[in-house]
Amino acid sequence: MIDFILNNETINTDLSAGMTVLDFVRYYKNLKGTKIGCREGDCGACTVLVGELKNDAVSYRTMTSCLMPLANARGKHIVTIEGVNPEDGSLTPVQQAMCDQSGTQCGFCTVGFVMSLTGFCIDDTVKMPQMAVSAIDGNICRCTGYKSIERAANEVCQQWAKGSRGFVPGYFSDIAGRLVKLKKAEDLQPSANGRMFISGGTDAYVQRPDDIPEIDATFLFYDEQLRGIRDLGKTIEVGASATVTDLLLSPVMQSAFPKMYEHLKLVSSTPIRNMATIGGNLINASPIGDMTIWFLALDAEVVFGHGRQIPLKQLYLDYKKLAKTDREFIKAIHFPKPAADFRFNFEKVCKRTYLDIATVNTAISLTVEGTPGKAWTPPALTTGDEFSTHEAWLADAFGEKGGPPSQQIEFTIKDCHLAAGGVAPIPLFLAETSAFLKGKTIDSATIEDANIIMQAEISPISDVRGSESYKRLLLRQLFRAHFVELFGIDSATE
Amino acid sequence: MKNLDSKSHVRGESVFLDDIAVVYGTLYACVFDSPVAHGRLKAINVADAENSKGVVRIITAKDLIGENQIGGIIPDEPLLAYGTVHFQGQPIAIVLAESEDLARKAAKKITAQIDPLPVVTDPRIAAANGDLIIPPKKFVLGSTAEAFKTCEHVFEGRTELNGQEHLYIETQGAYAVPAENGGLKIYSSTQGPTAVQRTVCRVTGLPMHHVEVDVQRLGGGFGGKEDQANAWAAICAVGVQLTKRPVKYALHRMEDMRMTGKRHPYSSDYKIGLDKDLKIVAYEATFYQNAGASADLSPPVLERTLFHCTNSYYIPNVTATAYSCRTNLPPNTAFRGFGGPQGMFVIESAIAHAAEKLKVKASEIQRKNLIADGDEFPYGQKAESDAITTWTQANAAYDFTRLQAEAHEFNGWSKYLRKGVAMMPVCFGISFTKTPMNHARSLVHVYTDGSVAVSTGAVEMGQGVNTKIAQVAAKVFGLPIERIKIQTTNTLRVANTSPTAASAAADLNGKATQAACEAIRSRLLKVAKTLVEAKTTAGITLRDGFVFKKNQNTGLAWQSLVMEAHLQRVCLSEHAHYATPDINFDWGTAKGNPFAYHVYGTAVVGVTVDCLRGRYEIDFVKCCHDFGSSMNTSVDNGQIEGGIVQGLGWMTMEEVFYDEDGKLRSNAFSTYKVPDIYSVPKEIAIEPLETKRKNNAILNSKAVGEPPLMYGIAACFAIRNAVKAFTDCSPCFDAPFTPEKVLMQLYPSA
Repeated sequence: MIDFILNNETINTDLSAGMTVLDFVRYYKNLKGTKIGCREGDCGACTVLVGELKNDAVSYRTMTSCLMPLANARGKHIVTIEGVNPEDGSLTPVQQAMCDQSGTQCGFCTVGFVMSLTGFCIDDTVKMPQMAVSAIDGNICRCTGYKSIERAANEVCQQWAKGSRGFVPGYFSDIAGRLVKLKKAEDLQPSANGRMFISGGTDAYVQRPDDIPEIDATFLFYDEQLRGIRDLGKTIEVGASATVTDLLLSPVMQSAFPKMYEHLKLVSSTPIRNMATIGGNLINASPIGDMTIWFLALDAEVVFGHGRQIPLKQLYLDYKKLAKTDREFIKAIHFPKPAADFRFNFEKVCKRTYLDIATVNTAISLTVEGTPGKAWTPPALTTGDEFSTHEAWLADAFGEKGGPPSQQIEFTIKDCHLAAGGVAPIPLFLAETSAFLKGKTIDSATIEDANIIMQAEISPISDVRGSESYKRLLLRQLFRAHFVELFGIDSATE
Repeated sequence: MKNLDSKSHVRGESVFLDDIAVVYGTLYACVFDSPVAHGRLKAINVADAENSKGVVRIITAKDLIGENQIGGIIPDEPLLAYGTVHFQGQPIAIVLAESEDLARKAAKKITAQIDPLPVVTDPRIAAANGDLIIPPKKFVLGSTAEAFKTCEHVFEGRTELNGQEHLYIETQGAYAVPAENGGLKIYSSTQGPTAVQRTVCRVTGLPMHHVEVDVQRLGGGFGGKEDQANAWAAICAVGVQLTKRPVKYALHRMEDMRMTGKRHPYSSDYKIGLDKDLKIVAYEATFYQNAGASADLSPPVLERTLFHCTNSYYIPNVTATAYSCRTNLPPNTAFRGFGGPQGMFVIESAIAHAAEKLKVKASEIQRKNLIADGDEFPYGQKAESDAITTWTQANAAYDFTRLQAEAHEFNGWSKYLRKGVAMMPVCFGISFTKTPMNHARSLVHVYTDGSVAVSTGAVEMGQGVNTKIAQVAAKVFGLPIERIKIQTTNTLRVANTSPTAASAAADLNGKATQAACEAIRSRLLKVAKTLVEAKTTAGITLRDGFVFKKNQNTGLAWQSLVMEAHLQRVCLSEHAHYATPDINFDWGTAKGNPFAYHVYGTAVVGVTVDCLRGRYEIDFVKCCHDFGSSMNTSVDNGQIEGGIVQGLGWMTMEEVFYDEDGKLRSNAFSTYKVPDIYSVPKEIAIEPLETKRKNNAILNSKAVGEPPLMYGIAACFAIRNAVKAFTDCSPCFDAPFTPEKVLMQLYPSA
């Protein structure tokens, strides 16, 4: 049995744990406000709120119900538009703003936007327009061109600042108490029987939507033992069920990766980041998995459920072939805690800058030796205006408009871990290039020589995301970008 | 005045096809479609599927009772393949099962034995093979052969323009329910209820009065549901006919993308000749339209490419030839702009080419050649032009020279970023180019409680047509808009309709509604005359829900007037007809007056290219647009913003990708990317053209659906300018200008 609260109703169902929440609300509860647009988490029309009990309060995140198994609703508060609508037929401030600014045309995607903005407004943190926009970064609209929705998002923030509340109906205040009463924890242990492990479901339901409801699966998403991000002193431990959003909100990660928001904003969208887990990304073994590339460059180790531990770079044998048994699932990953001489960068290019799968992605971690105290660290990105801000950093850092840094600081690479996706059948740790860079001084020649080695290490193929020659060129450019971003040093290429 | 549906949309209470409550006993359809793009269909093996759980019936071509034909213009498209398959995704068999899930599972068990035939995906190869949908079409003005001899400069080139997936967020779908005596009621997500009705009648053999088609609204159409909604309705109808049970089919996204056609890709050649003052003297263009496997709407799309081949420019000597080429792709179809954007892209490429060689700004050539009042289009119509006025007003508002200088200055110091700016004048003709389609009807009922119901042939798909029609009725009756309800689009109430397309639905259906309301008003005023003791109806008006005499409220409420009229046995209903006056076109001479009017506008687009990574952002799109006199600025501005972003998507990230076997690789949201909230321009500015010019539009408010899409074309040229500012190159005129093409241009030797 699966117990949860759907809007204001307590649900106790024996339907398949693998059924999607989308199918459940539409076809079993006749809640037709939640729409089907793509069934792969890429349009946001089916966005719902998922409330989880945390320290006696309920914390809400948006998720795409098309990729969410009913199992992951267990013990949660699931909210569809019907659970947001004021009963008297009036509109919430979010709905009113969408109407006032003409943020709806055909109306099919609209509910998804309303749910995302409602999730954004539900807590007590300060509301900034750019944060409101990032809350709807997983919602696609084909009619409006988004400008009216941006205006609605701005209006919502203004309303919020003026003290306007009532973003959700009154019954929400009782939800925490009701969730406490629902039985939880003991049901959530991973049973060892399932034939397939499912965590956030964000890839499983894209690949095998028809099978999963019929498979005896083990659902790991809310397994408490697999969650959490901890500073263990010399290493950082990330639970396998930690989501990308968990990383973003983790003080441990924030202090280790000052530019994390800018980097992870390039990874899927808010609702998917709320669901997609690190363990899932690693096991999925996609050659372009963003988080896999990220952790490969951190020299991470994976810990399996039964305690076996291997370096992440040894996990990938061939396309979607892993050095693990069917019974093994990832419990956590560890990586060395960054120190002061640590530099990290992540680059990703796709057809659409955000909410897209990489054509090529790459991450690098470097331990460098430079003149103490003079090594330049780029300031963290604070605005959404990325390109112009980049120029501003360069100006800030080097005292002239976009000019190169003064060369008096020499950086020597003590250690290097470089990874790239989209250039091989597996998420690729670039062992030879990494080894080459060790001990080198960072300058144009080093970057150019390393590229020659890197080009020999990769084997991209032409596909819908780009031609082989483009992927080779793109990786070269993104490799250059690592050094431009981190040190302001570029190769002499063109 | 906001879109009337706003409130139900934001509360999730608007009903779309998949939201309609299903009737007990409903079956669910799923199509088995061809896995091969071209081949002889030898056998279909349905045994496993037939034995699959929950399967009630499997239908193949031999089971159809009526004609196996859904081609609207040319009968060249079977509903279900037989003999030969012509594209990957062509429906071969229909599975009907007790649930959607079971239908899909069973369909996966069907196999077909197909002997492969050569696959053609390139329109030029199809043309070389003589495989054309219709004979070539041609527009001639003056004599290019003679004129080129006099030209100071002549340039020739080629453009490759890809298609575009509609990606309406609501997929295609239909739901057919049996009615008495073998009749059918069809709910369809269609822009063309009458086309659905005709198609259903053809494949079932039923007369049209036995088939009712009802459309509440669409979750986006953009042309994709003008003709291509027909097949799904026909499939459901055939299912009902053979099982006597209701049948529903709401397509899965990947089924939709794989089986339906898109905006037509074009490969084109151009030759442009200019005099020493940069006046374009002669222009030749040859268009190879990739029509896909059957005609669908390709012929009229091809024609509109010719109609707009000179965009906003006056060129005295033009020869434009167009070939509709049959390939092994899904039949391509209508998409916002309907071939017009493809024509405009080529002339803009030719101008950019000439500008590059002559080392002048393209905007200089554009400005010098804008069409003026009285100038003749290649199809014979004389312009009532606002090309120059929109350009001038846009320039006054946005200062093109300053924008270009700012980009130039920026490019002087930025190491990795380059800015590019480009202008795009647009001139788009309003009316179906097939003159017989330009008429519509409206049925207006005033009920005895004073509420008003309007039915027309227009389909609401987010463009706000219902809101505009309600405004018309409210205005004529002097009522608040809440008293007006626009009913579903239904073939029982309004028959023989043209599709909601060509940006013309508000004009045609609005004018018919205006006529119907005026007829009722005129009858009511006669009743009112006696009641308010007036000598004539001349001084009587309806306003704010009351009858006014000489601008004084008489206290006679609308509702009382209506009831009194009813008691006097005065008719409170009217069915009115409107046909656009004074339009004609003769394909014998390829001359005529096809458009009720033109919509003009000028946009300037600015982009920033990250030349390290090859990606880009759109900084701004600023336009001066000719609304005539907008009757609803929030609806119209929404159409402009949405159209611009759709056009930008087509020019930048939206890449339809078929492999050489004719298989669609960009077959899902994950592989076909449309603009998200981060990829839209940082700024969209819209200046309404200041004009007092009269036009043929409803309440003088010009059509706005399609023209703004073409502002987006400038993005391609702006990116090109930015790339050229980084490195000395001459990028091909290929769209979309994806990040891949940008990077490959920036580093050609890599």
